Amino acid sequence: MNRIDAKFSELKSRGEAGLIPFVTAGDPEITTTLKILRSLEAAGADMIELGVPFSDPMADGATIQRASERALAGGTMLPHVLALVRRFRRESELPIILFGYYNPIYHYGLARFAADARAAGVDGLLCVDLPPEESAELRRQTEKRGLYTIFLLAPTSDEERIKLVARLGRGFIYYVSVTGVTGARRALEGELQAQVARIRRYTRQPIAVGFGVSTPMQAARIAAFADAAVVGSALIDVIERAGRNGRKASQAGAFVARLKRGIKGAKRPVSSF
Amino acid sequence: MQNSRHSLARSKAPDRRGHFGVFGGRYVSETLMPALIELEKAYAAARRDPSFRREFETYLREYAGRPTPLYFAERLTADLGARVYLKREDLCHTGAHKINNTIGQVLLARRMGKKRIIAETGAGQHGVATATVAARFGIECEIFMGKEDVARQYLNVLRMRLLGAKLRVVESGSNTLKDAMNEALRDWVTNVRTTYYLIGSVAGPHPYPMMVRDFQSVIGKEARRQIRATEGRLPDYLVACVGGGSNSIGLFYPFIRDHGVKMIGVEAAGAGISTGRHAATILGGEVGVLHGSKSYLLQDRNGQVRETHSIAAGLDYPGVGPELSYLRDAGRIRFSSATDREALAALKELSRTEGVIPALESAHALAELLKLAPKLKKNQIIIVNLSGRGDKDMGTVGEYLEK
Repeated sequence: MNRIDAKFSELKSRGEAGLIPFVTAGDPEITTTLKILRSLEAAGADMIELGVPFSDPMADGATIQRASERALAGGTMLPHVLALVRRFRRESELPIILFGYYNPIYHYGLARFAADARAAGVDGLLCVDLPPEESAELRRQTEKRGLYTIFLLAPTSDEERIKLVARLGRGFIYYVSVTGVTGARRALEGELQAQVARIRRYTRQPIAVGFGVSTPMQAARIAAFADAAVVGSALIDVIERAGRNGRKASQAGAFVARLKRGIKGAKRPVSSF
Repeated sequence: MQNSRHSLARSKAPDRRGHFGVFGGRYVSETLMPALIELEKAYAAARRDPSFRREFETYLREYAGRPTPLYFAERLTADLGARVYLKREDLCHTGAHKINNTIGQVLLARRMGKKRIIAETGAGQHGVATATVAARFGIECEIFMGKEDVARQYLNVLRMRLLGAKLRVVESGSNTLKDAMNEALRDWVTNVRTTYYLIGSVAGPHPYPMMVRDFQSVIGKEARRQIRATEGRLPDYLVACVGGGSNSIGLFYPFIRDHGVKMIGVEAAGAGISTGRHAATILGGEVGVLHGSKSYLLQDRNGQVRETHSIAAGLDYPGVGPELSYLRDAGRIRFSSATDREALAALKELSRTEGVIPALESAHALAELLKLAPKLKKNQIIIVNLSGRGDKDMGTVGEYLEK
């Protein structure tokens, strides 16, 4: 069983929504990321989205762009990210989803990537610039290896696209809560709950909500109707501000623990997926 | 080769999903997918609508000043030994071929009811052309331009400001066209419901490569008619510079099925391809995905996009239009390159022999002409696309002349 499925059924049996923190691998270097991963797990993270740095992160706001630049400046490339996952797997069963852009993966070779990622212990992959229409080549390889390809839905997605993502995606559906790039925002769009309900009409897959989640209260609101909340830029902000590398992991952990408490306090309907 | 040419003549590219063979497609975030599908439908409807076509042709004629002359370069011909014609896109309103596409797309944006237009620009010619047509139709316009390009193409910056466009100076990566396009895409994904993204080259996700090609192919249609009228036959060679590829595909496309016509795309070799400081995507790149389509791409061994260099801001881009990659792999277009130094020499040569100062971008095509023509017979015909005029480059050229 894929670790993502196992985690969502465990969350379901507890009647809880999950918390998925995003960190850019190698920001500012890979040993710090390993410490951050340990600290996120201890703080109650349910899965990890691990960002693969790319030179042209055109779907990302300023915060994740900077993280990506720091990681590239430190020389972190896809093979290092896979090595990091392999290292973390020796001590953890936390589901790990690689999150990034298609070109580094395409260039690595799709068959080689699927084999190496699975061997390292990666559970899922999400390429922000790879819509389902262009994913056949990649899915042929990932499905062979039991690696999940996760797709995004956005406020602009219509019924036809929801059906397409529901049919081709594996693991869960990532709902982008705002039309825009990644980044911490003060408010979330009001129609979020209705949008998630709309997606549920077409699928029984879990739905995670991301983009713009930054406070325990927001996380709690999302946990009331979605199956997981993703927190990215706000966490990168914390890591960026923490100064010396030694403090980055502890502060990231403290921040995620606060979000987790917010989620645990959320009132959830008995069965949402 | 024979087979691929045969299938090329029969195949209809792009296919329904915007693929030119293995190239092209739509590699964008989900938020933009519905907008691209909407654009594709709107363009398909406009293309079939005779009133849209009439309107486009009217503005090309009355506003842009088309048709542009196909000028017989008599002194170059005498010097080089083959018959040289220049397609004078530099005489278009705003000084380059870019206006052909911006007229088409602004008319489309207006049809779609979009109130705001954004565009990326390298040399500033596409930015100026966009700002110009947006001003003509009273549409709000923002132009994204890399910091380095703002410095080296300052004349065009002033023009855009005068035309009422808001300039967004982009400071990230290499501070050039690639980064301007990243930032324009970020703006579009944020304001997609109200904003029209006017891409200036045959790059980007479907339907842009097809649509920009269609609007620019007026260049080749005119040239084909003009050369038949003056020479009574088709040319032996077409030569054009290739950055993203819009002026080259514009000239080449109407000749694609004329198998006797050879086509040469000239990429920017910068300081020399072997130095690594260049922008010769097809000659020096590998297949990859950037800015919404699969095509040749300048990238390192980890799939990170490489920084490029060219003296010509409009060629300083690590990608290339997917149809050019397709036509190169099919053997239909041959690619060569010209260095910064060769482009400058060609710029001087044309200025002194014909009294025409070309843009540094177009000077790359002229550099190829200087190498090619002496090898040909006297009665062979070459058409070079003179895609833009050189006024914008006087600062850059001045620096080199002083060195």
